[in-house]
Amino acid sequence: MAEVLLEVNQLKKYFPINGGVFGKRVGEVKAVDDISFFVNKGETLGLVGESGCGKSTTGRMLMRLIEPTDGKVLFEGKELTNLSDGDMRKMRKEMQMVFQDPFASLNPRHTVEKILEEPLIVHGIGDKEERKKRVKEMLEVVGLSSYHAKRYPHQFSGGQRQRIGIARALMTKPKLIIADEPVSALDVSIQSQVLNLLEDLQEEFQLTYIFIAHDLGVVKHISDRVGVMYLGRLVEITTAEKLYEKPLHPYTNALLGAVPVPDPTLKKERELLTGDIPSPSNPPSGCAFHTRCRECMDICKTERPQLEEIEPGHFAACHLYKKN
Amino acid sequence: MTQAPVLDVKQLKTSFFSADGEIPAVDEVSFSVNKGEILGIVGESGCGKSVTSLSIMKLIPQPPGKIVGGEILLNGEDIVHSSEKRMREIRGNEVAMIFQEPMTSLNPLFTIGNQLIEGIKIHTKAGKKEAFQRAVEMLKLVGLPRAEQIMHEYPHQLSGGMRQRVMIAMALSCHPKLLIADEPTTALDVTIQAQILALMKDLNEKLDTAIVLITHDLGVVAEVCERVIVMYAGKVVEEAPVIEIFKNPKHPYTHGLLESVPDVREKKERLYSIPGNVPKPGSIRKGCRFAARCEFVHERCLSDTPPLYKVEGADQHTVRCFLHESGGAASG
Repeated sequence: MAEVLLEVNQLKKYFPINGGVFGKRVGEVKAVDDISFFVNKGETLGLVGESGCGKSTTGRMLMRLIEPTDGKVLFEGKELTNLSDGDMRKMRKEMQMVFQDPFASLNPRHTVEKILEEPLIVHGIGDKEERKKRVKEMLEVVGLSSYHAKRYPHQFSGGQRQRIGIARALMTKPKLIIADEPVSALDVSIQSQVLNLLEDLQEEFQLTYIFIAHDLGVVKHISDRVGVMYLGRLVEITTAEKLYEKPLHPYTNALLGAVPVPDPTLKKERELLTGDIPSPSNPPSGCAFHTRCRECMDICKTERPQLEEIEPGHFAACHLYKKN
Repeated sequence: MTQAPVLDVKQLKTSFFSADGEIPAVDEVSFSVNKGEILGIVGESGCGKSVTSLSIMKLIPQPPGKIVGGEILLNGEDIVHSSEKRMREIRGNEVAMIFQEPMTSLNPLFTIGNQLIEGIKIHTKAGKKEAFQRAVEMLKLVGLPRAEQIMHEYPHQLSGGMRQRVMIAMALSCHPKLLIADEPTTALDVTIQAQILALMKDLNEKLDTAIVLITHDLGVVAEVCERVIVMYAGKVVEEAPVIEIFKNPKHPYTHGLLESVPDVREKKERLYSIPGNVPKPGSIRKGCRFAARCEFVHERCLSDTPPLYKVEGADQHTVRCFLHESGGAASG
């Protein structure tokens, strides 16, 4: 049995909506609404979903860059949610993040060397000499050259910047990397370079990834297990093969059907999902997906389905599979 | 197909002028679009696909940009030298465009109805009532529910997918023969993207509007286009019917591009990746633009620019690569 690195229990984030003359709280956006999952050591967990489904909020809550409203995050059995800010900062040595926009996440006024050195200074690792040496090493590891250390972010292309972002995340030798849409801003030919790099690094440093993306092809390629989110809820989670071959939840099914396939000879009869994603400030009652679901039953409108193990290792939140 | 094409672009060259001199963003690009056809233009950032479409609309900001050569024949009329007054008549009536981000292309201060009616009134002699009726019809045509109500709503009240539908309704309201869609679904979620693509295909059949679809997503191309041109660094590198290009890609770049897309259907052990970076426009002046990243590069590629060659044994398939010289030079 694989060792669990990260466990998430009933995590919630409700953002307040303030309005009215006195700025009173008039409602809340349930960005993440009661999700639980675990990540094993050395695996890649993909999180997919459409915009507004809460996948990025989830990623940030794991790092406590956004404070959870409720729920627990356990990293190697240690609870993160009640750590003080100072202790949490120390914990972040073990978990690092890679962001979507490689330009917005690098300080334009700092050289690459300074950007990469900073995590080491924050965590008090090594002396000046050692730090400089490690920066150069890391640049080579991610496929850049040591002479790049003196340059500024604007002198790099998008793909190279993302490599710098990855190098920065690896500086403190973390165990877990949370990558939030790391390749969606890149061109197709560069995207595959970065994906290959991420896979190589995983092998080399025994990393665990949480890979957040909206591109189902990319997620399938890189993930061992995949969780599908819809309106702040986890609707299905299982191994990548099972999810793509035999999706259980109607939403997963529709999502996979909507992906354009690069093969013109394949004229598939697809079921188009009708309508838009409902607002998370006023989610539908019962199952959040019932307004767009073709299999909708009476119970779906009133009772929220829980995530249950339908088959070994295959969890889904849908009344269709409820055992009687 | 003897019918004259709706759009015929010949040797189009659009450059931008900066302190560093002339930067040719689009360099001698030729292609044509037949009546009722959907043509895909694929390429990565900076390859000139958007500049091509803006050139056709004559919306290139000038200065710094300028169409420096070539012809754009729209229904037989060369519009490169048309006056701005004539262009205003052409835009909307004969060719219309939709953009990537529907929110920034709609005016947030006016109602949807206002914006739709404005276009219709400018381009046709319709009165207020008639224009209103026509706008409602268009909204129904693009599959928006409660069309009359939406006429009185503002853009922020609609979702991304609905806004893109409004944009399509607006573009098609004067029945242009050609619609240019520049990354129309890039900003949308997959389930909404599928809806918009289905709508565009449906309208293409119903109204017989030719569509030029500009995208970087090969999946989208496979799904809706009939013919594809692949652009790289301002040049067309390959042109073929869609089935041909996926089954039998000839240019090393097209091949690499197809190989590097992760597929939802099967898991590849390792993704193919094209080495190097996408070149900046204007950075390569000599030889084949792809030479620096190509695995089949030989000496000639570095010194001479390859012309378009016909692909042997294939119909309507041309490729800009010395490896396929045996097919003979393509006309045009």
